[in-house]
Amino acid sequence: MENLDLPQVASTPSGAMIRTLGLVATICGLLIVSAYQGTLEAVAENKRIALERAVFKVIPKAASVKTFVAGSGGIQPEGTTQPEGAVKFYAAYDATGALQGIAAEGAAKGYADTVRVLYAYDPAKQAITGLGVVSMRETPGIGDKIYTDAAFLKNFEALDVRLNADMKYLAHAIKVVKHGTKQSPWEIDAIAGATVTSKAVGKGIQESAARLLPLLVPEQGKLTTAVEP
Amino acid sequence: MPESLSSIFIGTLLANNFVLAMFLGLCPFLGVSARLNTALPMGAATTFVMLVASLCAYGLNWLVTALDLQFLRLIAYIVIIASAVQLVEMFLKKNSPVLFRALGIYLPLITTNCAVLGVALFQTAREYSFLQALTFAAAGGAGFTLALTLMAGLRERLNLANVPNVVQGTALSLMLAGLLSLAFMGFAGLGAGE
Amino acid sequence: MNVPLHPPRSSLEELLEGIWKQNPVFVMVLGMCPTLAVSVSAMNAFSMGIATTFVLVASCLLVSLMRHLVPKEVRIATYIVIIATFVTVVDYLIQAISLAVYEALGAFIQLIVVNCIILGRAEAHASKNPPLPAVLNALGMGAGFTLGLFALGAVREVLGAGKLFGFALFGADFQPWVVMVLPPGGFIVLGSWLLLFNWLEAHRHTGNEGTRHA
Repeated sequence: MENLDLPQVASTPSGAMIRTLGLVATICGLLIVSAYQGTLEAVAENKRIALERAVFKVIPKAASVKTFVAGSGGIQPEGTTQPEGAVKFYAAYDATGALQGIAAEGAAKGYADTVRVLYAYDPAKQAITGLGVVSMRETPGIGDKIYTDAAFLKNFEALDVRLNADMKYLAHAIKVVKHGTKQSPWEIDAIAGATVTSKAVGKGIQESAARLLPLLVPEQGKLTTAVEP
Repeated sequence: MPESLSSIFIGTLLANNFVLAMFLGLCPFLGVSARLNTALPMGAATTFVMLVASLCAYGLNWLVTALDLQFLRLIAYIVIIASAVQLVEMFLKKNSPVLFRALGIYLPLITTNCAVLGVALFQTAREYSFLQALTFAAAGGAGFTLALTLMAGLRERLNLANVPNVVQGTALSLMLAGLLSLAFMGFAGLGAGE
Repeated sequence: MNVPLHPPRSSLEELLEGIWKQNPVFVMVLGMCPTLAVSVSAMNAFSMGIATTFVLVASCLLVSLMRHLVPKEVRIATYIVIIATFVTVVDYLIQAISLAVYEALGAFIQLIVVNCIILGRAEAHASKNPPLPAVLNALGMGAGFTLGLFALGAVREVLGAGKLFGFALFGADFQPWVVMVLPPGGFIVLGSWLLLFNWLEAHRHTGNEGTRHA
């Protein structure tokens, strides 16, 4: 970069500088806003497709997805204004409009970066019935076993997430235990050699379920009835 | 995501070192790191700018979100960073001309240092709180300085060694960086929570 | 980054300069951050190259069109704002085209703003030349950058995952050299490519020492 302190014969008048900067700002503003507006629909559509794909993967019988938020005041469809501390979740319905399950996201720091998972919750069984990985940057061949290892995925076919008597906390916190030592339905058997990533998955689910379920379960009756498919 | 401050600090300093694991701040890392006594001031100046950038990014993000102008976020960040670097330059020129001359062209180049913008972008993406963001920036800067110092020390030693001509220069720095990065992988999982 | 002014070059020369003689990755060693971070697979590397080329060409075009209007004192700030604008545009474009690529590239899309190549080209070339040469030169630089990224990404993907563009190349018995897709691999593969280039340069100038300036 040239040294800007060199003595100049004629320095540019401020008026010219302001005019140019104004022109640049206007052009750039127009470009950004047009790009934003032009792509808004396409981006929203992409996100909807990605979400549906992820939810259909963890809740196989699903045919449509609706997004809700659960707050201290109850459940409401996702809108532009969200109450403080509300947790987002997805309700999946089959072709006839019956509720097939709930899906929610969990995230925790793994080995390299955040591990994001989508888990399926069955209100009838009060258990997690499926797991899908949304995004992760874990070590290929080691950390990425979380979506290929059949034994690990079996953990999430009936993971107990019952609430305790006063419906404020999970009766038993989800725990990730050493490979081969799983004894209770609320424990997750870690993948041998990929403990950090396994623990991230467990932690993500635990935090998300502990926040969401106490808000969701008391109101879950609303989901099966009040929605059109 | 409630990450503890110490976990962020140790994790970003060692396991997810800005230079050796996240590939941020490579231009100065490969360029400035030839001498030990410029490495430390460079690292310090960059760390300071990173802290300022982190502060401003936190405020700007709040403002941009409140006004629903997310598409202006990137421009706002980069303009703030450019201004911060300009201020640091003026400050150094006035108070420490020796340092100013020693850092030379690399001082204004801190504006285009991926590490500085990287701090702002990553803390926004991870939705860190104010304290978490500051810790992240401090650790990132410290990690950057650490990597810079290590590389400078190694290259100073290698200047006296018999290195084949074909390898000299950036190729050598990259190989060294690869080995350092490999070594730092030993820190993996540090600070990853209980 | 200092290209000496010389009599107008042919369009072809402008285009080719960035691909071989002044290749941003292997010769000028600029824009390293995205190069190493993103080149874990050939597809990611290619996408990043295209995105950077888009920003490079668009920014150089606008800078060149405005070159007589921008006062010297504020030129760097202006260039940065212009570049940031196009990066924001490309960010939205990628989201609209493919969310998968967007997730893969992550924060490095927005980090294109601080890619030294773009600011360097704008300052050294686009601000001093009419639009057509500026665009051609930018196109060449972008192509060279994409080529460099691809070289890196392809090697790392083949060695580290046994695939190219997602297609498995070797049988199921292939033991991938995982470190190649991890950070150390990035440094080492790029260093190896540079080594190769240095060696080629040294052997082209037979009789010279072949010392390369870092």
